[in-house]
Parts: sequence; C-alpha cells; structure tokens
Amino acid sequence: MNGRKYELETQPARRLLDILREDLHLTGTKEGCGEGECGVCTVLLDGFTVNSCLVIAAQISGATVETIENPIFDPIRAVLIESGGIQCGFCTPGIIITSHVLLQQYSQPTMQQIRRGLAGNLCRCTGYTKIFQAIELIQDSNQK
Amino acid sequence: MVVGERVPRKDSQAKAEGRTLFIDDYNFPNMLHAAVKRSPHPHARIKAIHVPEELLNDPELVIVTSKDVPGKNRVHIVLDDWVLLADENVKHIGEPIAVIAARTKEQAMTATEAIVVDYEPLPAIFDPVVARNERPVTVFGEGNVMAYHKVRKGDWEDPLSGADVVVEGEYVTPYQDHAYLETNGVIACPEPDGSIIIYGSMQCPFYVQTAVAEVLAKPKAEVVVVQVATGGAFGGKEDVPSQLASLCAVAAVHARKPVKLIYSREEDIETTSKRHPGIIRCKLGARKDGKLVGASIEYIINAGAYATLSPVVLWRGNVHAAGPYAIPNVKVDSYAIATNTVPCGAFRGFGSPQVLYAAETQMDKLAAVLKLDPAELRRRNLIKPGDTTITGHEIQESWGAEQTLDAVLERNGWKDKWMLAPTVSEVLEDAWEKPKRRGFGISTICYGVGLGAAGKILARTGAYVQLESDLSVGFAVGTTEMGQGMMTVLSQIVADALGVPYDKVRMQSTDTSRVPDSGPTVASRATTMSGRALLDACHQIIVRLFEVAGELLEVEPKTLELANGEIKVSSNSSKRIALLKVVQEASARRVDLAAHGWYVAPHSSWDAERGQGDCYFTYATATNVAEVEVDVETGTVDVLRITTAHECGRAINPTTLEGQIEGGTVQGIGYGRFERLVLQDGRIETNNLGDYVIPTTEDTPQIDALFIEMHYDGGPYGAKGIGEQPLMGIAPAITNAIYNAVGVRLERIPALPEDVWNALQQKGRKEGT
Repeated sequence: MNGRKYELETQPARRLLDILREDLHLTGTKEGCGEGECGVCTVLLDGFTVNSCLVIAAQISGATVETIENPIFDPIRAVLIESGGIQCGFCTPGIIITSHVLLQQYSQPTMQQIRRGLAGNLCRCTGYTKIFQAIELIQDSNQK
Repeated sequence: MVVGERVPRKDSQAKAEGRTLFIDDYNFPNMLHAAVKRSPHPHARIKAIHVPEELLNDPELVIVTSKDVPGKNRVHIVLDDWVLLADENVKHIGEPIAVIAARTKEQAMTATEAIVVDYEPLPAIFDPVVARNERPVTVFGEGNVMAYHKVRKGDWEDPLSGADVVVEGEYVTPYQDHAYLETNGVIACPEPDGSIIIYGSMQCPFYVQTAVAEVLAKPKAEVVVVQVATGGAFGGKEDVPSQLASLCAVAAVHARKPVKLIYSREEDIETTSKRHPGIIRCKLGARKDGKLVGASIEYIINAGAYATLSPVVLWRGNVHAAGPYAIPNVKVDSYAIATNTVPCGAFRGFGSPQVLYAAETQMDKLAAVLKLDPAELRRRNLIKPGDTTITGHEIQESWGAEQTLDAVLERNGWKDKWMLAPTVSEVLEDAWEKPKRRGFGISTICYGVGLGAAGKILARTGAYVQLESDLSVGFAVGTTEMGQGMMTVLSQIVADALGVPYDKVRMQSTDTSRVPDSGPTVASRATTMSGRALLDACHQIIVRLFEVAGELLEVEPKTLELANGEIKVSSNSSKRIALLKVVQEASARRVDLAAHGWYVAPHSSWDAERGQGDCYFTYATATNVAEVEVDVETGTVDVLRITTAHECGRAINPTTLEGQIEGGTVQGIGYGRFERLVLQDGRIETNNLGDYVIPTTEDTPQIDALFIEMHYDGGPYGAKGIGEQPLMGIAPAITNAIYNAVGVRLERIPALPEDVWNALQQKGRKEGT
C-alpha cells in the first residue's frame, strides 16, 4: 500500500474501499455509488485501475495498491490544479489516478484516447473540459 | 489586483491530494450510524408499527418514530406540510417512518428490516393533470394545488389578437436527478450543554438550523450548523439536508451520542428531491415581420407528495415563462400539483429550464413558419434597455442579451453555416447516401439573479472580516462553497478590497454561529450578496485604517486611497505609507481591525393579484448554439459543439467562471439528450448510475465558453452571478439543432435515439414517404 507492507485480518468479502477508508484511515478514496458505475473509488491494483468498491479482501493478498495519497500522482495533480479541472473535488482522486495510467499507456494521447480512457470516471461539476486541458498541458510540458 | 485574474483556487491542492474531508470522512467518539425505515407504498394508512421486543431491549439500538420527536414533526421549508416521520399515513414511496441508530450501519439496516409496519394501501395518483382536473385522490389541500401563480400583461384576455401567425405546442419535460458524485450525508453531535452541532454536506446551513430547532423544540442559538466540504449540490442539497439533519438530530438527542447518516446512491436517487417534471401548453403569436404580439402559457409542475420548495420553484418558472423577449400581451397560469411521488425541489434553473424549453422551441417553430433565420427572429424580439419583461419590469441597465447573441454568432460562424431544415421526406429518401446529417440550433435566455421578490424576506447576507497585524485576513460568510468556486472568488474580493496578498486570505467553514442568517446558497446569489457584505465589512476596516494613516501622514483621511500595498494621498504621491506599517500602528493603538458586514438585496416587487412586478434586482443573459449530428438510421444524436456566451457583469475569476459554464452546459446536455428517470407506479426504477445515464467524457462536445463583461453597479467589482444560466438553454438549442438537421420537432426531452427515430418515422409516414 503506497510503498508500505501491511498485514490485516478481515472478512474475505470486505471491500477494498472499506479497508482503505476504515482500517488504514486513507479517506482520499471516496464512495460514489458502490456499484462500479462512477469511478470515484478508483485505485491502482498491481498497476491497473480498479473500482475499489468491487474489489474484495480475498483478491488483494500480496498485491500492490496505490491510492491518491501516493506522491507518484503529483505531476497530474499539478496540471489539474493549473487548468482549473477541480471543482467540488469528489471525483478528483479517481480522475487523477486514471489520467496517470492513461499517460503511462499513451505518452501523447489523442482527444479520442483521452475521452475513452476517462469514460469510466464521472464528473458532474466540470463538464470535463478543463480535465482534458490538463492532460494536454502535461503533454506539452513533456514535449519540452 | 487579483479580481479578474485566473488565480488558482484556494481548495484545489487539498482536493487533489485527497486530503479534503467530506462528511463521510469525519468520525466522532461513540458515534452511531443511522438507517431510515421507509414506506414501500405510494399511498397508505399506517395501522400499526411493530418493533420486536429484542430490538426494544437492545441497549445499543436507538429507534425513533413520530412519537419521539420533541418538537414539530415537520421539516420547515416553505409550507410546513413536510412530515418528518410518518404517523397516520404515507404519501410517497420512500417516505421515512422510523430512524434507527446502531454501532454499525449494517446493524442499523438489519434493524430497519426487523421493524414491521401494518399498512392499508390506498389509491394513489401519479399524473399531475389528472390530480388537478379530476382529483380522484387527495394528496394536498382540497384540489391538490400546492401553489398557483400568474402573469397578466397588456391585453392578456386575448393576447394573440393581432397576430398574423400563431404557433402552439404541448411540451413535456422530465425529472432530472442531480447525480452529484457525493451523496447526501450529515452527522448530528449533541453537546454536553444541551445544544447540538450538525455537520453536513449542504447548501443552506440556516435552513437546516431553523428546521432542526423546530423539530427538537430547541432555541435557535442552541442549534449550530457547520457546512463541511460538499461534493456537488446543484440544488439537491437545498431542502434535503434539513430532512436528513432533522432525522439524525432526533436520533442523536435520544442516543446522547453523535449519529451519522449517509445515503447510499440508491437511497439518494429514490428519495431525495428532483427537478420537477413539467407540462407546458403554449401559444405564441407574431406579425408577419416576426415581431411578437402575444403569448398564452399554461405551466404545470408535478410537485410530488410534499411542497418543500415547489411554491418558489413555480414562481420563478412563472415569471420567466416566455423567455427574454419584449412581448406586449401575455397570459401565464402556473400550477404546482401534488401527486404520490417523491417531493421535487431545487435544481439549477429552479423551474425555468422547463418553460425555456417550451419558449425556445416555440420561437424556433415561429422562425420556421416565417422562413426566418432563428437568430434573426430572436434579435428582433430580445428585450432592449427601455423594454419591459412579461411582468412589466422595465429593463434599464446591465442587460447584454444582444451582445451574447453577437458573440456566439461570430464565434460559431452561424451566418455562413445555418441553412433551412430539410423535409423529413428528403432525409429518409437520401438516408442511404446521407446517413448522418448536421444541424445548428439556437436559444437565448435571461435569468433573474437572486431570490427575487418571492424570496425577498430571505434576501440579506452577513459577513465577518478579521484583519491580522501581519496583513493576513480571515473571513466568514453565510453562503457555501460546493465546488462552484465561491471560496476563491470571495477571497479575491477581500484581497483587493483590503489591499492584501491573495495567498494571505483564508475563508473559514460556513457556520451558523459565525454570521447571522444569510439565506441559502441558491439563485446564483453568492457572489453578489456575500461579495457586497464582505465589501461592507472591508470598508469599515479601511475607514479605521485611514484614520490612523491620516494621523501618521498628517492629512485628512478623505484624501487617502489604498493601492499596491500602500495608503497614500491620491493627489500627492510623496505622502505614502506602507499598509503593513499602518496596520501595525493601528494594532498598537488597539484599534478594532475586525468588522461585521451586511447586505440587503435591492428593490424588487411582486403583485400576485395583478401578476406583475419588478421581480429581480438584476438579470443575467445568455445565448447558446448547439451543433449536432443526427444518425438518420438509429436516431442517435451526437452533440458536436456548443458555443455559449454569458453576460454576467464581471468575471472575478475567468477560470472558475468558465468552469461553471462548461459544467452547466454538460448538465444541460444531460437534460436534453441522456437523462431519463423512469417512474413506475410511483417507484423510481432507474436508481443507479448505470441506468440513470449522465454525460461522460465521450458525450462531451467542444465547448466554446464565452463571457461578456458589462459592469453591474450593484455587484462587487461589477459582478452578477453565473451558477445556473449555463444549464438553462442547452436542451432547446439541441432539439432545435435536431430539427435543423433532419426536420423533426421534438416536444419532449430527453431526445433519446428511439424518440428521434420514431419521430422521423412518424413524420415520414405523414408526409407519405
């Protein structure tokens, strides 16, 4: 978990989301729907984006988990703040984590790839436009 | 100067790090978790509530029903009809009957299932027109009419006489769910001294304070409400938090422990307030040259089982019913009708998106009949300074409707792109060669800023400003940050008003014990109202600083001005002193560097009998153009581009302003194109974000977010408000674009593919294709 080893004893069907928020006191990961529809609870599990409300304890033994509190997301944080892509902030952790993986997969993503990549993260405040601009900003600065 | 600059938001860093605490992130010692037992019937008499012995004897459970409410068993909003915990009967599916608090949420939910209620189901009514006209079931009062408003202007009895052309229609608009990503939640914490503190996700702490005080029969000063970071609201957290807080507070008082209540997504979609579904029947008449002569409108909203905000939602829709046009003869009759469905409340636009959908489609119909460019038709009829609104309010200043029209048309290239719509026959005949067709649609809107004459009694705001001896400033207001950027914009205003650096200004959480009742954070009012209250407080502090500076410089205070971190004589730049020095000296002299500010909204009026009045102290205007591509074979509508211009006084922060425009535009796309809430026998079937579809990144078009700055004298640094306008005209711009693309007129939204396809097929059959 974010670079540290943890040993926990819990029920096999306990959601990763609750383990993070209640046992490890990492409340940066939020619950938006509890059904894997909104992407608000997104974390990285062995490098892949997952909805932590749909991952259970039995699945994560020995796995690597990275949550929004991890410093690897700092570069995305900076451009999202600069472009103005944060309003209420509730979807923000999921958006940041998914964007990070998108940029690992495509160093110069097209608008279509950006839209598709982020389609699993709902946002109700921003209209997504400044989130797109943030990803374009980081591409520009990577190019330089 | 930071006003007008794209300074970074105050709250982004913490939000980006996941450190911002929302209500579910808070925990208190000994805290219990609550669950609500709700009615499965849309209408029933409660014969008995059976609580099993083992639950009653469980020392860890707190069970609360109507008999346990210390004060009024009503949630105060407007009419005081909203039952808190059902006692004799239930009037909608999901109505609360009991609250259970337990050590864990699971235990509380198990207990709700163990409680058995004996119901006698009664006939229920879901259709507002039947509820009003035939009244087979009584849900409210005698005729199910919760509220009625009217507009009467000019020759209202025969408004269409003198018209060469009349267009008419019956338009139907749907429910809309707010779908904020953070569901509703509160924590009620009883204090040792008998008072109670409510923390929660909310827009209106003072509404919550009043409601909880009445429910608990406690003095207001013993009910403190603190808003915490709120994950989106859009009106959905205007009335609902008063209900959650009241339910929680009663449980907390009985438990003598903090109680937390967080709604699941299903519970939130099923039981919290929605945008009112609307039916708008209207006629619009014009001369051959396109000049409007008269309008006749009937507006019906389905209010649900309890009134909550319906009377005021109806009023706003009523006075905006015919759009931003100069029309001499107008008759509007508006009704809020009770049915056995979820009570509806506030949602961005507050009763106006429904009527504007109708009004802007009517204008488009008129343009088609007259074979006029719809943009030109609007230009000929938009209110200009000197004209009156449909309520007889003469518009004199700060009205930029035509400027927004010019800006959008220029950016969009409308003049070169717009063409008359094809016939459906052409469209269907050429479907093989041209399976996709593009079209452009336009809408223009105006919006009264602030609560208006109907909400006059609430139209006042307080502020507190405390200047420290090191030039840092703390301030508090009564309105709330919910993502829109209020904290940032008000910090910019305070920074410039006091001449201190932006990064030394801090806004504290909105707390009812910090400033007096400032009304709700709604109606796009926070920038103007809280901004002016802050300027009032800052001005008082400046006056005291100028006294001190005047003595130090040996000049009259009235010759001084504040600029660039200095206080100096306006006409003599050699007499100047650093602001920091003045503040330190004032501090040493024990001058009070804190002040309380107050702002009361300017004049507005409403004569309900005459249906006329000066409804709002100012108006904001906007024009929207949508470009769509319709797939003729599937009915799918891709919204390609939205060009939208907003005249909103002054952009205090262009980035947050654009954010409001872009976010509201996409919500408007959802309203017009995607969001369908399905109610079956009073039950909301689409109770999750997989079935209730809101726009994703893939549904978001290119958005040109433009703003026009026309200084509004009554606003802080000339600003008005922006929160709601971006959503209001998007749906008709889209359906007007669909007409322009394929020749079918949709009189219902959302424009789902099957609806567009069916409309094409039906009209094709009529035309004989």
